[in-house]
Amino acid sequence: MLPSQLKKRMAGLKPSRRAFLLVSAAAGGALVVGYYTLGRGKARKDGALNAFVTIAPDNAVTLVAKNPEIGQGVKTMLPMLIAEELDVDWRQVNIEQADFDPENFENQYAGGSMATVENYTPLRQIGAATRFVLVQAAAQQWGVPASECTTEAGVVHHAAGKSTLYGALVKAAAKLKAPDLKAVKLKDPKNYRIIGKPIVGIDSAKLVRGAPLFGIDVEVPGMLYAVFHKCPVFGGSVKSANLDEIKKLPGIKDAFIVTGARAHVFEAEGGSVSTGLLPGIAIVADSWWRAQKARDSLKVVWDEGPYAHHSSEFFAKSADGLLAKDPAWVYRKDGDPAAALKTAAKTIEARYDYPFLAHVTLEPQNCTAHVANGTCEFWAPTQVPEAAIGLIAGTLGVKEKDVVIHITRSGGGFGRRLMNDYMVEAGWISQHVGAPVKLLWSREDDVQHDFYRPAGWHKIKGGLDASGKIVAWQHAFVSFGKGHEFASCAGLDPGSYPAGHVPNLSFGTSLIQTGVPMGPLRAPSENAMVWVFQSFLDELAHAAGKDPMDFAIALLGKPETKPVGLETFSAARTLGVLAKVRAMSGWGRKLPARTGLGVAFSFCHLGYAAEAVEAAVAKDGTVTLNKVWAAVDVGRQIVNPMGAENQAQGSIIDGLAHALTEKITFANGRTVQSNFDGHSPLTMRQAPPVEIAFVTSDNDPTGLGEPAMPPVIPALTNAIFAATGKRVRSLPIDPAMLAG
Amino acid sequence: MHYTLNVNGQDHSVDVDEDTPLLWVLRDAMNLKGTRYGCGAGLCGACTVHIDGQPVQSCQMPVSSLGTSKIVTIEAIGDTPIGKRVTEAWLKIDVMQCGYCQGGQIMAAAALLAQNPKPSDGDIVTAMEGHLCRCGTYLRIKQAIKLAAEGG
Ligand code: FES
Ligand code: FES
Repeated sequence: MLPSQLKKRMAGLKPSRRAFLLVSAAAGGALVVGYYTLGRGKARKDGALNAFVTIAPDNAVTLVAKNPEIGQGVKTMLPMLIAEELDVDWRQVNIEQADFDPENFENQYAGGSMATVENYTPLRQIGAATRFVLVQAAAQQWGVPASECTTEAGVVHHAAGKSTLYGALVKAAAKLKAPDLKAVKLKDPKNYRIIGKPIVGIDSAKLVRGAPLFGIDVEVPGMLYAVFHKCPVFGGSVKSANLDEIKKLPGIKDAFIVTGARAHVFEAEGGSVSTGLLPGIAIVADSWWRAQKARDSLKVVWDEGPYAHHSSEFFAKSADGLLAKDPAWVYRKDGDPAAALKTAAKTIEARYDYPFLAHVTLEPQNCTAHVANGTCEFWAPTQVPEAAIGLIAGTLGVKEKDVVIHITRSGGGFGRRLMNDYMVEAGWISQHVGAPVKLLWSREDDVQHDFYRPAGWHKIKGGLDASGKIVAWQHAFVSFGKGHEFASCAGLDPGSYPAGHVPNLSFGTSLIQTGVPMGPLRAPSENAMVWVFQSFLDELAHAAGKDPMDFAIALLGKPETKPVGLETFSAARTLGVLAKVRAMSGWGRKLPARTGLGVAFSFCHLGYAAEAVEAAVAKDGTVTLNKVWAAVDVGRQIVNPMGAENQAQGSIIDGLAHALTEKITFANGRTVQSNFDGHSPLTMRQAPPVEIAFVTSDNDPTGLGEPAMPPVIPALTNAIFAATGKRVRSLPIDPAMLAG
Repeated sequence: MHYTLNVNGQDHSVDVDEDTPLLWVLRDAMNLKGTRYGCGAGLCGACTVHIDGQPVQSCQMPVSSLGTSKIVTIEAIGDTPIGKRVTEAWLKIDVMQCGYCQGGQIMAAAALLAQNPKPSDGDIVTAMEGHLCRCGTYLRIKQAIKLAAEGG
């Protein structure tokens, strides 16, 4: 959510659930759901019917994939939508990745699990409108009414037996007026031949041959290689460096100080973060290895800035102090929690904390830029090229309209590549040396210069009445930001469940100001908050002497009888996924000693997920994950079941890494960890079997990059409680705490 | 320094510093981009190639240590009978999410099946140790290895 939305929500407490929005201040406007046009604005190659569809005389169909592919499968999924309504055989389809092209395409970004939401209908309309003109062209040629024509697999048929390939109709069809997109008739879903079928990723066959599809693989003639050495202390800058020595090393073409340029504000998920060109030293060489090796000889005197004393200990101590006092800012209050706690039959209190996390996309940040002689061209793995344009133009002093961005495949995104800081660095370095440059961050650069998932510290008091119903929920937490403004993704949504289901409830916070950069990590905010909320709900269930599943169902209350709209929390849809996961996991069955089953759910990025984990805890505290079950409701249609299951499984594996292995800490104003030995994704050995079921509900389809991720963390820690009676209140899980 | 390397069945001459890791020789001197950089520290497996049939992390192999050994990369592994079975299984299961780790995963899987045609679950986990997939495709990787072991 945006700060403005957050404020509005705090005023009105309308539980609006617009899952994801972002703006780039310099680009000047919000990226919003818009209406598509067929995009005939530009001169095109032969056979192009519009910006999305080109058909060759031999009937080969080329469809444009407009959004960045970061592993979430959109390069396959979005063209499937066009192909379905265009009525072509998937085997005749080629797919081309679009450059950033706001003249022809809208919403060209990867974030917030929004691709399905924003494109499901518009891209089907594009396909249907294109089919419509092809049918018109055939009907005119044959002198028959279009209503007597049908299509199948790239061929128009007429009732009298005539038929012709789409490819033969392109010339005539291109001259026809395109219909109003909203007026075109779409297929009855029961006739789908592509949507809903498991389709192999369009790049998969290339990937298994090692084809050069990623940003890191880009080659431009005359290209040099660069590294960019930033101050390890956040907020620091360069005083001096031994550049003359560096320049003498083999293969080094240039080495220079970058003083940094104006900070650029990127807003996402209820907070903002400064990004842009940080101070550092650029080393440019004839090979990346030589540039990287030169860093061993680099001696820099840094000005470490105002935050050099910040450390994880400092943050934890500050949080302790702040949680001992009343929160500085109470931004939701229903009823009177303090009074309700006094009269409650039973009260419990708990503290939870979770660490900073890094994204560690497996492909480190990189960008190839050519800013010289009037050219301003970029090749980059970016999730949001639109935001890069403003950042680049503003920093490099070029015109926005002159910036060309080629979107490459990304070796993972997870929110890291929304920031584009590496793009502006590459542009600056290229402009300085006057040649094309590939900037590649080392893994160490990547781990130590991330926009981290913010850490947090929570204190919750809960009250139950004599019947075991929750009557009070008083929630204070310490997070990051300044005054009443959260750092990016450091906030807690005032609509967070169970808000609205507990009569006396408050959310209040106190913020710590720091130089540590923070930003969106897959399922931002929910990736931590769902753990806190669903853990404390489990604590309350046990305190009430109730089965956690029954307790969760009782609190949800009666399902709505009418649809509530995508953005509003639906008890009915939550109950649907809970019922499914209850059946899948065999909830309530007898388990061996030290083995437990835990459950949790979330509403995140418009999707509903309920997950159960079976975990066994050994005497020495080692946790073994026996199995995970997930029931996920993202509406009435899964577009590509092949990718959907993979996304859901991957989200769960990702969440388990938050629970078990990942943690970023700081000392002396800098990041302690530097590579995968300090911050590791889950390994195959740790990965449990994961069974996914999609629950269909009569709602428009929504995205899957994020919704399945949050509940697995509390489902696991709730399972550990069921197995051992020990409550995990600090992440990642410390096995020593579970021993005995 | 001048080196002649045998890569994918052919000799190639390159001119690079002697401490240059094979990874960067392949990627930047020979333009074979399928072998990928993930950590540079022997921690992720994205850079795995075969050296005389053994899976090796190319980021840890200075070019000067290679001699006349035979190097096979992801670009050519599909031309071997086992590599073909593995890549076909990978496609049938559609293991990939972002795909960045998958070259290294396939190289490790092909080496495993060459030594152990019918690996148990435990054998697979041991052989794939050190191959990170940030997207979390492990379940499909395991499935694909089993499918390849059954003959594809
Ligand atoms: S790049 Fe070689 S092991 Fe990671
Ligand atoms: S598929 Fe993305 S890292 Fe493995």
